[in-house]
Amino acid sequence: MEQATAAPLKKTPLNARHRASGAKMVAFGGWDMPIEYSGITAEHMAVRERAGLFDVSHMGEIEIAGKDALAAVQRISSNDANKLQVGQAQYSGLMTDRGTFVDDLLVYRLAPEHFLLVVNAGNIAKDYAYIAEHIKAAGDAVAVDASSRYALLAVQGPRALDVLQTLTEVPLADIKYYWFAHGEVASVRATISRTGYTGEDGFEVFVPPQSAERVWQAVLDAGKAFDVIPCGLGARDTLRLEAGMRLHGNDIDDTTTAVEADLNWIVGWKKPDFLGASVLRQQKADGPPRRIVGFELAERGIARHGYDVYAPGSAAAAGIVTSGTQTPFLRKAIGMTYLPTAHTAPGTEFDIDIRGRRTRATVVPMPFYKRAK
Amino acid sequence: MAAYPPGLKYTKDHEWIDLTGDSGRVGITDYAQNSLGDVVYIELPEVGAKLKQGQSFGTIESVKAVSELYSPVTGEVTAVNADLKDKPESVNKDPHGSWMITIKLANASEATGLLDAAQYQDLVK
Repeated sequence: MEQATAAPLKKTPLNARHRASGAKMVAFGGWDMPIEYSGITAEHMAVRERAGLFDVSHMGEIEIAGKDALAAVQRISSNDANKLQVGQAQYSGLMTDRGTFVDDLLVYRLAPEHFLLVVNAGNIAKDYAYIAEHIKAAGDAVAVDASSRYALLAVQGPRALDVLQTLTEVPLADIKYYWFAHGEVASVRATISRTGYTGEDGFEVFVPPQSAERVWQAVLDAGKAFDVIPCGLGARDTLRLEAGMRLHGNDIDDTTTAVEADLNWIVGWKKPDFLGASVLRQQKADGPPRRIVGFELAERGIARHGYDVYAPGSAAAAGIVTSGTQTPFLRKAIGMTYLPTAHTAPGTEFDIDIRGRRTRATVVPMPFYKRAK
Repeated sequence: MAAYPPGLKYTKDHEWIDLTGDSGRVGITDYAQNSLGDVVYIELPEVGAKLKQGQSFGTIESVKAVSELYSPVTGEVTAVNADLKDKPESVNKDPHGSWMITIKLANASEATGLLDAAQYQDLVK
């Protein structure tokens, strides 16, 4: 797998640690990241059954502050940030004026007029430029690319709370899903967020970069009793796909709208004007021409990103597989694609061209996997 | 890192062949399975398929990637390991014991051009 690299790959504060631990490394979004430690299947199962530890420090952090920060966020973000209390977070889209995705992101309300946006690693520079440009009209608010000030560790899985609780006095059970708290983890100043990208309970912990390795080691030490293992981006991808979570650059991008991506719930329909609002409102009223679906394959094999998809009764490709894998937990070949809206009902059968072989796929509801509450 | 059995011959494409008379069982090396990661699917030819040296005889798919399988020699497929259909992960657990096809060599001299265990070890170290 040759990688055309113009610029040198960026490294997280844990890069040397990953390499010293024998992780397999890969170029991802301009970063040198671990794709796996002990194997995607073992790591995936650890997160479903116990807990896993991920370095997601490559994610970007953009802060927006100023007395009109809320108005600025409302302008660029699809979801309704006015619903957020201080200490709460929401999933949202950074939209073009066509209602498509510049990126997807988490919006944290740090203070009434101070927000933290967590964005995808490969999009940081693009997002920052886009945000800075589009908040100008919103009044007194500035955006700062604060990515280098944060390392981000994710502890994910049913035992994540037990493991992390041994390292902090913050009562973790009191942090509700998509809320966060400030405190110390392993004596390091941290922001602890009950969020994740795996479909499991868990936490994402923001710490200063110089302390990342200390916290990483502390979680692994505390996790020994629970058989917690370090995990790479490979398992992160299979976990999020099983949980039906979209990946920007694959399942959503600047050609797909929030309505087509079946993400109406991240659009603040009642809030004042925002980027893409008119297109999204129109599409919601009319119904989108196509919509994202989850699918399963009947046969063994993997329908990978980029493979052609054929809707029923159509000789021309309807589109491509946007994400596809064999899931270690469900042990099925699953994926996502866009189909004409008439063919998106669960049970609909369609074909995917797997390297020249037409393979039957069936539309199934997402998420593929939902944890027991 | 597993040792490479001295009784096998190896290719630069990371297949091995275990020769007995004018036939050989073919699989992939420990290096190959380790690079692929968790194998989930192996597509193999039918018995009777005729292969040229270096020609693709199937595909092997891991969670991460899909790769072609290349025949170490020219010949005809005389057996296919059906167990791998349900247990593709055995390639990860026992790469040098998990044969995929048996091939009857058309030209026995081709095998002499393959790598021995020491040469292959040098290639992948």
